[in-house]
Amino acid sequence: MTVAISARGLTRRFGPVIAVNGIDLDVPRAQIYGFLGPNGSGKSTTIRMLCGLLVPSSGTVSVLGYDVPREAETVRRKLGYMTQRFSLWDDLTVTENLEFMCRIYGLDAMTRRARLEERIRDYDLASFAGQRAGTLSGGQRQRLALAAATLHNPELLLLDEPTSAVDPQNRRDFWENLFALVARGTTILVSTHYMDEAERCHRLAILDLGSIAAEGEPKQLARDIDATVIEIECADLTAARHALATVPAVRSMAQLGKRLHVLVHRDAVDPERELGAALAGHCADARIERVGATLEDVFVAATQLRRLSMERAA
Amino acid sequence: MIWFDRMFAIAAKEARQLRRDRVTFGMIIGVPVLQMLLFGYAINFDVRDVDAAVLDQSRSSLSRQLVGDLQATQVLHVVREAGSEQELRELMQRGDARVGIVIAASIERRLFEGDRPAVQLLVDGSQPSLENLAQGLGSMPVLQRAGARTSGARRFEIRTEYNPARRTAVQIVPALIGTILTMTMVIFTSGAVVRERERGNLELLITTPVTRGELLAGKLLPYVVIGLIQTTLILAVGRILFGVPMVGSLVDLYLGALVFIAAALALGLFISTIAQTQFQAFQMAFVTMLPSILLSGFMFPFEGMPAAAQALAQVLPLTHFNEIIRGITLRGATLADMHVPLLKLVIFLAVMFSLAAVRFRKRLD
Repeated sequence: MTVAISARGLTRRFGPVIAVNGIDLDVPRAQIYGFLGPNGSGKSTTIRMLCGLLVPSSGTVSVLGYDVPREAETVRRKLGYMTQRFSLWDDLTVTENLEFMCRIYGLDAMTRRARLEERIRDYDLASFAGQRAGTLSGGQRQRLALAAATLHNPELLLLDEPTSAVDPQNRRDFWENLFALVARGTTILVSTHYMDEAERCHRLAILDLGSIAAEGEPKQLARDIDATVIEIECADLTAARHALATVPAVRSMAQLGKRLHVLVHRDAVDPERELGAALAGHCADARIERVGATLEDVFVAATQLRRLSMERAA
Repeated sequence: MIWFDRMFAIAAKEARQLRRDRVTFGMIIGVPVLQMLLFGYAINFDVRDVDAAVLDQSRSSLSRQLVGDLQATQVLHVVREAGSEQELRELMQRGDARVGIVIAASIERRLFEGDRPAVQLLVDGSQPSLENLAQGLGSMPVLQRAGARTSGARRFEIRTEYNPARRTAVQIVPALIGTILTMTMVIFTSGAVVRERERGNLELLITTPVTRGELLAGKLLPYVVIGLIQTTLILAVGRILFGVPMVGSLVDLYLGALVFIAAALALGLFISTIAQTQFQAFQMAFVTMLPSILLSGFMFPFEGMPAAAQALAQVLPLTHFNEIIRGITLRGATLADMHVPLLKLVIFLAVMFSLAAVRFRKRLD
């Protein structure tokens, strides 16, 4: 079996609000699968449905070959879950928290001692092992939470925005730990709203308004982007923006430092020339170049453009 | 025995957190002791030394003797002599005197003829319990003695069984066990579960293989121990400070207490399945507290309540526990003698726990 999670038509309503709208999902084993999406796009709701915390309004879910939520209890033994918020106990020490979770997972005394030692070493927790969890920094907490979620060597890890309160250095270390887990055969599903994190995933689903807007390997997604990406460098980017806003083929613009990324309609014949003409008289020094799409471009194309076309249709 | 390990792990964790929460831990010991001192010393239905004012219109040796006798009972303490009826009324209005004693100018003749009262007692009806005091004073031998003609023989002899000295503490202290247990058990448990929900701990816990039963039992276990500690504390303090007797069997008492603790915990658990925040849980716990204290027969006799209040009292576990505890500690009853209230407690426990178990799901929706 090569698929860890498979979902069909997964939908969840909260009253009149549709949080997740007919998602189809296939997460391959021993890979990192990412959910990229803005807040409220349905990432957390989907993850909660996958671990049986929420019952889908409709659709089917199979996790590690078990039907969820019917067989959720069986799945829970093979599953590690890291909530968006730090959810271990602030008033227990690092060791006490880990020890407690070991017992909850039913590990015997021998295994417990070995596992505890191993996790404290692997996740570099020794220097504050006796400290209460409430006094730890964001990065330390994250390491502790990951150590706790992996105590029972789960086959599948569900991580809900694990790095939202962590600085970049700690985020990098955190991802190194994830890759080490994947190398040992663990499947990881992680949600994020950071592009650099999404880029590290083996596969990626871009979620927007409760649906999957795009899905695939990050590189493939960049190649398949439904637009041409033009990079513009000039002195007065504000003037350039105003000038380009009048060009019908321009679908969206985003500033990256001193450069402007412009997504142009795929069908435009010679977008460089078209944009150059629009900029003439506003920015004489403009340098116009066609570039490969970044993940951010993909994200913008998938979310903003989709919303735009939906609005037009309506 | 994996279920036992997990339940014990949760109980140990809960106990550890409790020990670190100094304020809560202090409350566990402090609340019973404080309540004991408050209720034991402050609540006293044997009224003594009530401030009184005298308006003596006769100024005779008989009237002076009468006032002296009244003082000697220690029920009244004459603080003022009023010169006029007007002054007496003002004294009472200001609260300087709770009882006014008006002695008629013609006291001797009135006593001799016996057709009109010789002494009038004005009682401040705005104060609880004073009415009864006046009733008692009216039939006091002192007045009868002064009124030579009425016979000193009483129609009834009244003996107060199980509490011959008629001390309020003897009635109050055993009932305090249930009252204090209601407070701590319901508030602490509902708070303990809701706190984990608020902090997100519960979301993590319910995605582990731990079962509902293990989780709930593990969370409640430390509070059972606390309940038993509090029971012991109240019994000991009651004995040492107020000389409250323990006539029945201690085993029966602890068994009864155990059932009641379980019932109170079940109620706390049920509240925790409704409340979303600790503050809500606290409010709901408080809503159940007040009727428990007022209607359970803790302070006011159950028999005097209207039918609706009596019906409501039947639903409260404290009513039945008070019945059990007073029976065992004061009247020397056995648990078998108390099987009716015990059965009602067990029914409450079963219903509440089922409701809580049905409502507590390992899900978020």
